[in-house]
Amino acid sequence: MSEHPSTYNPGSAFERWLDTRLPIVRFGADLMTFPTPRNLIYWYTFGGILAFCLAVQIVTGIVLAMHYDASGTGAFISVQRGIMRDVNYGWLIRGLHANGASMFFIAVYLHILRGLYYGSYKAPREVLWLLGCVIYVLMMATAFMGYVLPWGQMSFWGAKVITSLLGAFPVIGKPLTTLLWGGFAVDDPTLNRFFSLHYLLPFVIAAVVALHVWALHVPGNNNPTGVNVKSNSDTLPFHPFYTVKDLFAISVFMILFAVFVFYLPDAMGKVDNNIAADPLKTPAHIVPEWYLLPFYAILRAVPDKLTGVLALAGALAVLFVLPWLDTSKVRSMRYRPTARIYFFIWVFFSLVLGWCGSQEPDGQIVSGFAGPVFIDYDINSVTWLSRISALYYFAYFLVILPILGMTETTLPVPDSLYTPVLSHPAGLPVGAAAAPETKG
Amino acid sequence: MGARYGAASDPSNQKSIKVADILAHPTSPRDGPADPGRRDFIHIATTAVAVGGVAAVAWPLIDQLNPAADTLALASLEYDISKVALGSEVTISWRKQPVFIRHRTPKEIAMAKADDHAPMKDPATDAQRVKPGHEEWLIVLASCTHLGCVPTFGQGDYGGWMCPCHGSQYDTAARIRKGPAPLNLVLPEYTFLSDTKVKIG
Amino acid sequence: MLRKLFAATAFAGVVAVLGAQPALASSSQAPLKEDVHWSFESPLGMYDQAQLQRGYKVYKEVCSACHSMNLVAFRNLGDPGGPFWNPKYPNPNDNPVVKTIAKDYQVNDIDPDSGDPIKRPATSADYFVAPFPNVPAARAANGGALPPDMSLLAAAREGGPRYIYSLVTGDGTDPPPGLTIPDGKYYDPWMSGDVSSYYKGDPHKIPVGGFIAMPPPLIDDRVTFDDGTKATLKQEATDVAAFLAWASDPKMEERKSLGVSVLIFLVIFSGLLYASYRQIWRNVGH
Repeated sequence: MSEHPSTYNPGSAFERWLDTRLPIVRFGADLMTFPTPRNLIYWYTFGGILAFCLAVQIVTGIVLAMHYDASGTGAFISVQRGIMRDVNYGWLIRGLHANGASMFFIAVYLHILRGLYYGSYKAPREVLWLLGCVIYVLMMATAFMGYVLPWGQMSFWGAKVITSLLGAFPVIGKPLTTLLWGGFAVDDPTLNRFFSLHYLLPFVIAAVVALHVWALHVPGNNNPTGVNVKSNSDTLPFHPFYTVKDLFAISVFMILFAVFVFYLPDAMGKVDNNIAADPLKTPAHIVPEWYLLPFYAILRAVPDKLTGVLALAGALAVLFVLPWLDTSKVRSMRYRPTARIYFFIWVFFSLVLGWCGSQEPDGQIVSGFAGPVFIDYDINSVTWLSRISALYYFAYFLVILPILGMTETTLPVPDSLYTPVLSHPAGLPVGAAAAPETKG
Repeated sequence: MGARYGAASDPSNQKSIKVADILAHPTSPRDGPADPGRRDFIHIATTAVAVGGVAAVAWPLIDQLNPAADTLALASLEYDISKVALGSEVTISWRKQPVFIRHRTPKEIAMAKADDHAPMKDPATDAQRVKPGHEEWLIVLASCTHLGCVPTFGQGDYGGWMCPCHGSQYDTAARIRKGPAPLNLVLPEYTFLSDTKVKIG
Repeated sequence: MLRKLFAATAFAGVVAVLGAQPALASSSQAPLKEDVHWSFESPLGMYDQAQLQRGYKVYKEVCSACHSMNLVAFRNLGDPGGPFWNPKYPNPNDNPVVKTIAKDYQVNDIDPDSGDPIKRPATSADYFVAPFPNVPAARAANGGALPPDMSLLAAAREGGPRYIYSLVTGDGTDPPPGLTIPDGKYYDPWMSGDVSSYYKGDPHKIPVGGFIAMPPPLIDDRVTFDDGTKATLKQEATDVAAFLAWASDPKMEERKSLGVSVLIFLVIFSGLLYASYRQIWRNVGH
């Protein structure tokens, strides 16, 4: 499976018997002893946190499905009357699931940012990164369909707007939308199939996560220096060093989660979704959930419907090809001071895109000032800010990273990822390199 | 490819490790000497608290399977028995099950009392089958205790009900007298709120 | 030099294109009133049962004539945290106040003997009876406007009870000069809307808010409170807003108190895990 030979030695006769038939204990033991770089920082705990989030969503989701009625007439009542008011702890389980989705995306964005900063997508971890992109897209699809299920105003109209995007494609657009809807509009058939797929996809995600962890274990973890593991002394067994660190990080994450679930349960949602879906009445502002806002902003930034859809797809596609766009020989941005600046600007513009997605297209950036109209919108509008931000978003991947890799001056990268700190002489492993680490 | 990790990947260099070793020794033997004194207490304490936490989380997930508040609200039924004439009965639905409410004639009551000490599978006196002061009202689940069919009144040898499925016969106090059923027709929990109103459940 | 000149000209041209546009008409709403506070607003705040009872009375005597509350059952009034919760009756279905309230309503049912549709007195298991049998009937009785269901109203509006309080006390505000009010409607600065087409005054002072089909529902002494509290307009509005907040979030008290236990547990647990982590990594270089 990986390049690290198993060190497991079956203890009892039963273990020996089982090991020759199904080496599952060996599999678990190898995961626990997996040599992990000893310099991993807290940014590396989000993988474990994400596994926790997936488990929470699956468990709470299965329980909610016991009480949910996936019909146009029954869905809203089954959630708002059945689950929220009558089912024992129904309000808690629903709160965990709805806020759990947001927590899932907070964790995945921080996990992705870590990968971008430390070059975890670079060779030989390209497939690991691709699998991660697949998981991200599956998460977005699952979350989108899940949001439709309560059948509130935002559920219905969000579904209508996004599924209608398919109609932008010439020739096949309309038949494709009818196929997706199962009718002439978003209605019962759409709701039913979204429920079925929403139940299915998390298990597909779990399978891709297993592949993702396998792909990680072949080359082993990256680390903040980006320098390869060179010897035994660079690593520590995953258990107990990183199991306990991950559990601690999960526990802190749960504190934030609990604050939302118990004190701000509706903070990340939309008030309009507490109104039952009405196909005849459009809400004043149709907005997707916060984690989809940057892509929504990119979609709306382009005036043409089809090009907007292609831009949205492009924004995701560009993540997939990142390992081949970044030409730098240095992995970690710790040693790439120029790239780091462009990266932080990219993070800034991504956040700006998120804000833009929540606003009306003709909303003012600097309020009270009506500027000149440039092409179709006021220059002081959310739309133009989205366009500039989207431009940087694409340029970072397609222009900046490729060029930077070839032209930048990097800081000297250390020889080894671990240099013992001399103030702890007891921690000096045998044969460790004594060269002081040069840090940027 | 194995050469990338140098000596670490050579099996002969790897110390053979048992699962028990992995779980029992929190520090790698390659690093500094472990402090044997306090090391176990904190881990035991943390694990104990974790187990408590898991139990606390498990409870709501199990309790949600219990009947919800709207189901429990229909757990009781109040019925106006003034409409049930002497010598007749109604079958009503309570907690989605059928229930007989029979207004017994004095003759039926006498028949039941006469057999109070007759040999039967599930012995009970007539007084145990009704509420004091309301002897003419017999309220039982209309579900044969054999396999659950609804018995019909006025058939069989004991003046009471007979089950069409396998021939069980009940008397005028709905006690099993003949046939495969093991128990008398079940008495639900009920109280008389007044002479004309009974609350079942 | 030439490049700079070209750029400057281009920029000037862009600025000159079409010039400033008039502000686009869009809906507006006055900022919510700040002169009222509720016990449940703070992170650990709970409902005030006396206030919920007064608010229920306002709903019952004023609002329920037009507004349904389909998701709330009579038994919910007797749930913990609810207006008529009584610890002596842990099962709200037995609560005598709840049963009395329910009995006053008639619900549709089927006669078990004849199968005919009948009306019978409600029990605590039944849900609040809607004033109109369906949406078209509700619209027909209210000049085409649909009085929204109140079960989730406080959760379905930004600002929740504060919005309801502002809207209800602001209903029927005297229109500023230049504003004509269409027939059958009332001006309310807290009703999100756009009155610009009805306004013939200073274009820089278009009034905020919109028109609402509901006449001002509350005035001083519209109801008499059983606990003797003076029924001013402000009091009635505050209390009914609290009741509606409860209706949309009946589990709030349970949620907040469970949250305290959970957070304390998690902080302690995180502390223990941190100590465990430090212990494990004590002699290990990283």
